[in-house]
Amino acid sequence: MATAEITPQELAEHGLTPEEYARIREILGRPPRPVELGIFSVMWSEHCSYKSSRIHLRKFPTEAPWVVCGPGENAGVVDIGDGQVAVFKMESHNHPSFIEPYQGAATGVGGILRDVFTMGARPVAILDALRFGAPDHPRTRHLLAGVVAGIGGYGNCVGVPTVGGETSFHRAYNGNILVNAMCVGIAPRDRVFYARAAGVGNPVVYVGAKTGRDGIHGATMASAEFSEDAEAKRPTVQVGDPFMEKLLIEACLELMASDCIVAIQDMGAAGLTSSSFEMAARGGTGIELDLDAVPLREANMSAYEIMLSESQERMLMVLARGREAEARAVFAKWELDFAIIGRVTDSGRMVVRHRGEVVADVPVAPVSGGSPVYDRPWRLPDPPVPFISDDQTVHLSPREVLLRLLSCPDLASRRWIWEQYDHSVMADTVAGPGGDAAVVRVHGTKKGLALTVDCTPRYCRADPRMGGRQAVAEAYRNLVAVGARPLAITDCLNFGNPERPDIMGQFVGCIEGMAEACRALSFPVVSGNVSLYNETDGQAVLPTPEVGGLGLIEDLAKRTGLAFDADGLHLVLIGEVTGWLGQSVFQREILGREEGAPPPVDLLLEKRHADFVAAQIEAGRLRACHDLADGGLAVAMAEMCLASGRGGRLSVPAEVPSLFGWLYGEDQARYLLAVAPEHLRPLLEEAAAAGVIAREVGVTGGDALIIDGMPPISLEELRRCHEGWLPAWMDGGEGSESGSWR
Amino acid sequence: MRAAVVTFPGSNCDRDLRVAMERVFDRPVASLWHAETELPPLDLVGLPGGFSYGDYLRCGAIAARSPIMGEIRRLARRGVAVLGICNGFQILTEAGLLPGALVRNMRLSFVCRPVRIAVATTASPFTNAYAQGQELTLPVAHHDGNYVIDPEGLARLEAEDRIAFRYLDNPNGSTADIAGVLGPQRNVLGMMPHPERACDPLLGGEDGVLLFRSLLAMLT
Repeated sequence: MATAEITPQELAEHGLTPEEYARIREILGRPPRPVELGIFSVMWSEHCSYKSSRIHLRKFPTEAPWVVCGPGENAGVVDIGDGQVAVFKMESHNHPSFIEPYQGAATGVGGILRDVFTMGARPVAILDALRFGAPDHPRTRHLLAGVVAGIGGYGNCVGVPTVGGETSFHRAYNGNILVNAMCVGIAPRDRVFYARAAGVGNPVVYVGAKTGRDGIHGATMASAEFSEDAEAKRPTVQVGDPFMEKLLIEACLELMASDCIVAIQDMGAAGLTSSSFEMAARGGTGIELDLDAVPLREANMSAYEIMLSESQERMLMVLARGREAEARAVFAKWELDFAIIGRVTDSGRMVVRHRGEVVADVPVAPVSGGSPVYDRPWRLPDPPVPFISDDQTVHLSPREVLLRLLSCPDLASRRWIWEQYDHSVMADTVAGPGGDAAVVRVHGTKKGLALTVDCTPRYCRADPRMGGRQAVAEAYRNLVAVGARPLAITDCLNFGNPERPDIMGQFVGCIEGMAEACRALSFPVVSGNVSLYNETDGQAVLPTPEVGGLGLIEDLAKRTGLAFDADGLHLVLIGEVTGWLGQSVFQREILGREEGAPPPVDLLLEKRHADFVAAQIEAGRLRACHDLADGGLAVAMAEMCLASGRGGRLSVPAEVPSLFGWLYGEDQARYLLAVAPEHLRPLLEEAAAAGVIAREVGVTGGDALIIDGMPPISLEELRRCHEGWLPAWMDGGEGSESGSWR
Repeated sequence: MRAAVVTFPGSNCDRDLRVAMERVFDRPVASLWHAETELPPLDLVGLPGGFSYGDYLRCGAIAARSPIMGEIRRLARRGVAVLGICNGFQILTEAGLLPGALVRNMRLSFVCRPVRIAVATTASPFTNAYAQGQELTLPVAHHDGNYVIDPEGLARLEAEDRIAFRYLDNPNGSTADIAGVLGPQRNVLGMMPHPERACDPLLGGEDGVLLFRSLLAMLT
């Protein structure tokens, strides 16, 4: 059959370069048919092919004795003992959420849930990392309200608790918010399902929602910069149906209890195209598809639309031949569509028929794994100069500073957000939002999974390598602080346009820093997602390599939290205090500056301090434990007091060079511990023996936070400051009083 | 004690309720599919929380017309205990087994947090193990938990002592702080807070245990 050459305009509309087109011609030996062009367009999009990132992603360590399945499948899999595995992954839904925040965020949650249950795991927890523009930007309030409602609307309905996350604000996200969703599931180790087609003649089965015209070219949209007319892309945002998803979860898990399924893959970005190609590519097979059998929501859909639709809540399976009736009965019970739409072949080709005509006939491997790989030029930013602070330039008292920080947009309580998420459904949430890491019990056992998402984008911008290290180290600390053994991470790497060397430099630097930390901490990457082109009109987001960490608590009786449960406990600070204020929240909120080097991350120190804290928790000596991060020691102390409903006294050593540095510096590798009097001496002795800097910095008790040399702050006032900002702002109050970052 | 929990398409607290019941009752609790019309002999039926049929019509409206609801109505008339929690409460009002209706929360957003409620009557198979006025902390998690009822209906509930629980810090705008109501025969209870999520000290409390213990004492 003769096919016409593709015009340059068609190429541009499909986001393909002339070089890529030449390659397509070479693979096919002819110009592509329209459906084939669509297939190449989505499969070779940045979003699906990782063409700019692949060579750098190889730098991540991905193995450890407890890793069952690393990157490359729908989600990562780690062993959690007793014949069970945890399955987890994080993914972005940034562009759709900016255009249509409710549906964008909702379908982001839906997609990540499918990545997890497609592997045979029951989803048990959702976390979200959200980045919004400046609070006083006209769209921010609307976007935040929509995203939160969308996450809640989906997660609450499917009945998977949303147990944690993080939210921050910066003007760099004004035109391009980030919505990263992480899902964790649990499966029997011997019943993990993979997406590898096998068995010539086995039926290829479509289940779930019908296919409509929504989301066509969503993956291509996610692979290009935004411009002012982003609104015009609203039709490419999919619409979610969490009820359908709930049915799909139950039906799939019910069928997975049998041995009917050979392979299974959700239809995510690039829909039927990517799911069929990926299953065939992983299995080294071919597939024949009959699009006339696909359940459709709208009449007269073209083959092109059916192949590229990103309608939600759909799965593709390869069943064992002869088991079709059994499988169909399960889906009938759950009132879901079930259609045999193809067969596995040994041709190595994807052959797609529609209305009696072959509309695509392409080799699987070159499409799926054969996209061009780019080693894009990159340039690291100039090494930042350490910021030297001078207490004399601060015109606020340390007390005013603390209240200002606790109520600033990045540190104020997120209660307004997480009260809209059902975080206690499934009745296994041991520690929900608001702590260092969430803790979810492994159902029916005394074990728990600790979960956290972390990144400090301002550090990453100032020094990508250090910022990458810090994101991993902070996730590690948050897990250790609740008494967990950190096992592995998933990541979601959000950056601007990789065709710009400075953006590519941020990407490469962050990855290398993350990889160093992962290696030093034996904390491998088992799954992840890359989201590039997060720019609007040339303004890139801050480099945001979000890290989702997972750890295991063997015995929930030994977990810790940030609330201390008694008066008269000693507060012990682990780690060195240099008073590092460069790139700190203090610097931005109080000094109105964002400059200098971020705090250095010494990975040996991180490991040593984490091991020490873990040993103290294991020995039962800690009554509370909190990781020190944004806002430093004084903010950490205030958070512990608020969580406890108890006050405390924080003493400031006479010799500190900078009071503000001591209180608000963001030196890394630090923890604040609460220790009963009888355990203080052995703890300090063991710290000395292990070469860990530990010093007593205060005591718990009373109903106020007292910092040496300043008037007490009652818990009530602390709470008012901390809890007040977000609800007041959402009701239309002021954005923020402070500085340069707006 | 023969107990069962119904699963509607979209139920998502069915397992939680079953687990909590089994923990207190110390015996297996059956699972019923919404399409069933012939039920085994039962002393207690639970209608769990969730989003039956996605709650795409009014919450609980479609589930109230599920095949199993004919049987549940019959059991309720015969005096079998029927417990509806959250979406289960919504289904019971839609089915006409309880008066009033549950509409969108006053602040219009979903709310998930522990709330304090008081036991308003101990004269029921669900609350007899509590003390009158006893204060409990139970989680709520709902978008449509704002209980509304006309003044005559409210007067009747109060006159007949059928308000089972009242909020001490009303999270949703419910009329007269009502968190749970009893049917005319006192064997049907609908409540928005989740007692099944408060049956384990590890999860932040055991204030829900006595509800199930009340049932155990009354029905065995």
